[in-house]
Amino acid sequence: MITVNINGQDQALDVEPDTPLLWALRDVVGLTGTKFGCGIAQCGACTVHVDGQAMRSCVLPVSAIGGRSVTTIEAVGKSPAGQKVQQAWLDIEVVQCGYCQSGQIMSAAALIQHIPNPSDADIDAAMSGNICRCGTYARVREAIKLAATGHCAASRTIPVGPPPTPPADGEKAA
Amino acid sequence: MSAPANTRRELLLAGGFTLAFALVRGGRAEAMVSPIPQAGDPAAAKADGNPAFAPNAFIRIDRTGPVRLVMANVEMGQGIYTGEATLLAEELDVGLDQVTLEHAPPNDALYAMPLLGQQATGGSTSTRAAWKVLQQAGAVGRAMLVGAAAKRWNVDPGACTVERGVVTHTGSGRKASYGELAADAARQPVPTDFKLKDPKDFKLIGKPFRRLDTAGKVDGSTIYGIDVRVPGMKIAAVEICPVWGGKLRAVDDSAARAIPGVRDVIRMDDAVAVTGDHFWAAKKGVEALKIDWDLGPHTDFTTDGLAKGLEAASRSGTPIVARAIGDQNRAGHTLEAVYQVPMLAHAPMEPLNAVVQVRPDACEIWVGTQVPVRCVAAAAKLTGLPAEKIIVHNQYLGGGFGRRLEEDSVARAVQIAKQVAYPVKMIFTREQDIRHDIPRPIYFDRIAAEVDGDGYPVAWRDRVTSPSVMRRWVPQGLRKDGLDSDTVEGSAEPPYDLPNLRVEWVPHDMPNGMPIGWWRGVGPTHNLFKVEGFIDELAHAAKKDPVAYRRHLLKTNTRALGVLNLAADKMGWSGPQVGPRIGRGCAVAFCFGSYVCAMTEVEVSPTGEVTLRRSVTAVDSGTVINPNTIEAQIQGGLVFGWTAALYSELTYKDGAAEQGNFNDYRMMRMNEVPPLEVHLVQSAEGPGGIGEVGTAIAAPALANAVFAATGVRLRRLPIDRRLLVEGRTRNSIPAVAPLAALALAAVAGADATERDEALVGDDA
Repeated sequence: MITVNINGQDQALDVEPDTPLLWALRDVVGLTGTKFGCGIAQCGACTVHVDGQAMRSCVLPVSAIGGRSVTTIEAVGKSPAGQKVQQAWLDIEVVQCGYCQSGQIMSAAALIQHIPNPSDADIDAAMSGNICRCGTYARVREAIKLAATGHCAASRTIPVGPPPTPPADGEKAA
Repeated sequence: MSAPANTRRELLLAGGFTLAFALVRGGRAEAMVSPIPQAGDPAAAKADGNPAFAPNAFIRIDRTGPVRLVMANVEMGQGIYTGEATLLAEELDVGLDQVTLEHAPPNDALYAMPLLGQQATGGSTSTRAAWKVLQQAGAVGRAMLVGAAAKRWNVDPGACTVERGVVTHTGSGRKASYGELAADAARQPVPTDFKLKDPKDFKLIGKPFRRLDTAGKVDGSTIYGIDVRVPGMKIAAVEICPVWGGKLRAVDDSAARAIPGVRDVIRMDDAVAVTGDHFWAAKKGVEALKIDWDLGPHTDFTTDGLAKGLEAASRSGTPIVARAIGDQNRAGHTLEAVYQVPMLAHAPMEPLNAVVQVRPDACEIWVGTQVPVRCVAAAAKLTGLPAEKIIVHNQYLGGGFGRRLEEDSVARAVQIAKQVAYPVKMIFTREQDIRHDIPRPIYFDRIAAEVDGDGYPVAWRDRVTSPSVMRRWVPQGLRKDGLDSDTVEGSAEPPYDLPNLRVEWVPHDMPNGMPIGWWRGVGPTHNLFKVEGFIDELAHAAKKDPVAYRRHLLKTNTRALGVLNLAADKMGWSGPQVGPRIGRGCAVAFCFGSYVCAMTEVEVSPTGEVTLRRSVTAVDSGTVINPNTIEAQIQGGLVFGWTAALYSELTYKDGAAEQGNFNDYRMMRMNEVPPLEVHLVQSAEGPGGIGEVGTAIAAPALANAVFAATGVRLRRLPIDRRLLVEGRTRNSIPAVAPLAALALAAVAGADATERDEALVGDDA
């Protein structure tokens, strides 16, 4: 039995020590937001935070986590960086099939946690480990900028909801 | 008043993938989804929570709660759930925040798509096929709800208005919500004449509303097939014989069974699976198996051999004439080329999987699939259960791209689940997913033109040689003479003024009998690479600017010219070369019912590495349901197409696939993707497809840009960087075999009259 702190709770995991955190999360704890894409740390779909660092859970044995705390997509919104990233993802509609986006968001949240105003080069460095087969990269980049600065070049979506009263003066200035 | 695909023009607009389906139904595809009640509606609605009001297969209104909309197509990223909900909600007069969406159950009678004749999502057909029906379905629901209110208040329905699901009698101010009216509405007569809104009154259609499926996709709560958990479920990993046609001879599973968490070892004809408490145990179990394969008769299969076979067939095979118009023997200066594209894997981010429980009385399946009814058929065949005992719960798809138009993962999971008493979730490793893909086939295309003194084509000949997806997937869809129309989609009807044209297909089956499949962009993906590359070659030979050259040939094609001019304007097109080893490429097409022009700017390093600097795309896809979706699909489609052009090739050696994961089957990544500008043409035409347009147009614009930057013409994908090394002799590509003689010989032996009508299929 290995105990790991996941999203603020200690979880006792009845798995072999070499079991990757990914499968412990998905098949034992039941947190399926973290995705399997490649199993060899090539695609980033399984990205989680371990003590705030983005890590690929498909190659991270549960025995290697020790006392560090794990945060998954299900809880990343509790941090200011995670919340901003998730909101930006909605504002400019990054998502298509969405399967890789848990990992994209985890990588992006770790990025702006550590570099509050990332350059394009910073974004490339932090995000190039996350594959998106739908090709949402251009919007991922803009969403990170939006999350970090409140500004981006991408056009905004209209949130669904009752018509604003009084009539709004359009979207927030980009 | 549905949108039948029963005219020749519409079928051509729909393309080869669609044509195949339509022909199955003899072109009478209009009797599918309907805005009015169908025979199966009451049963379907009863099974779906028995709502108070279900005017058709798409709308469920309960006394309380949101309006439930049933999605006939599947959501795999393309945004169709939002698009179809928008069409329904617009005419129903509810807000997009007032609806919830449901995956449709498998039911061809209710959800078969008008353009396809079966319940399937593919070929960029969903919006094109269903837009009118869905608007009408919303209008039917609204009319019955308003009718119920008018009856209750004893007023004229025309004196009532609807705002966000609340009916108001304008004279008295009386109000009633759809929920309050639902039971009465069910007793209203079904209108036979439903008037749709004037587009100027649209509240939802045409606006960039946020997608309805994204909230759960940014917080991890969306359930894809791979995420389904059912009580008592075990997880299965599987090892399939690496060579197609091979069999399991024996397996020593003693080491596997000793692994903690391993439950059972399942033997199949051509595979072994291990079930476990979690995937890691199952995967370790599979890795511990000692499997003795009988590799079967196809261990000599190689992609090199296949390519040689295609080349030989392209010379000596008997072509089927897809389309021949005018006098194709007009003399001129001959230009010719060979274009080749490889086999490709789909590699959706969600590896193939399925959850299956086989019980004595029924088989229950949870899977994200583009073809729910085909899954039912596969499971029925394997279990011996009748189709009505096969229950499919469709899920969100973590990418489809054509891979989930196949039901093999469901069949595999059923084979496993049949042998155990518990539900099984089978997951392919990425290696199984790529090595056992049903890949996009290889194509070998010869193209030639006779050009006049100004360098414009006076005759055009194009011969595609390839295996056929349709022969296996929908053989009834072949034209009477055997033509697989998908192989020439994008070739047979170029947008240019080419009055003397002959397009042929030479069938060449996979020598090992391996299935090949649909891949995002289908026929146009290889055909546009060739046609647009070759047009660029002609422009260069004529010493004309490639954009000006295209303009000349598009003089009478207003919409194609429109996207070309818009893209050129936004790009600031001033010529193909804009700097040392920096070039711009252009490609124009009409495909999937939409017009598109892509312009790409690249820089090629001295070592031959290609960097994309800029991308400008103009699209005319007719009436826009949601502009944000169009932009996203073009952006993503381009990346999908560029990935293939830059990196992708699935090769086989000794009968087995040589690639298996993203380390050797490479994907474009964040650092490689330039800003992606997309500009839309305003249009009142019917909507075109959009999910595959970007993919199909990506490679030719890129290859033409590489030519502009380096002078090296790329006629084969993926890009061979060795050809692009600085200082290498330009155009040092081996000379192509003569085509003109071949084509002329074929003309002599064939009926060269207008064969156009045959494209509709005489079996109709």
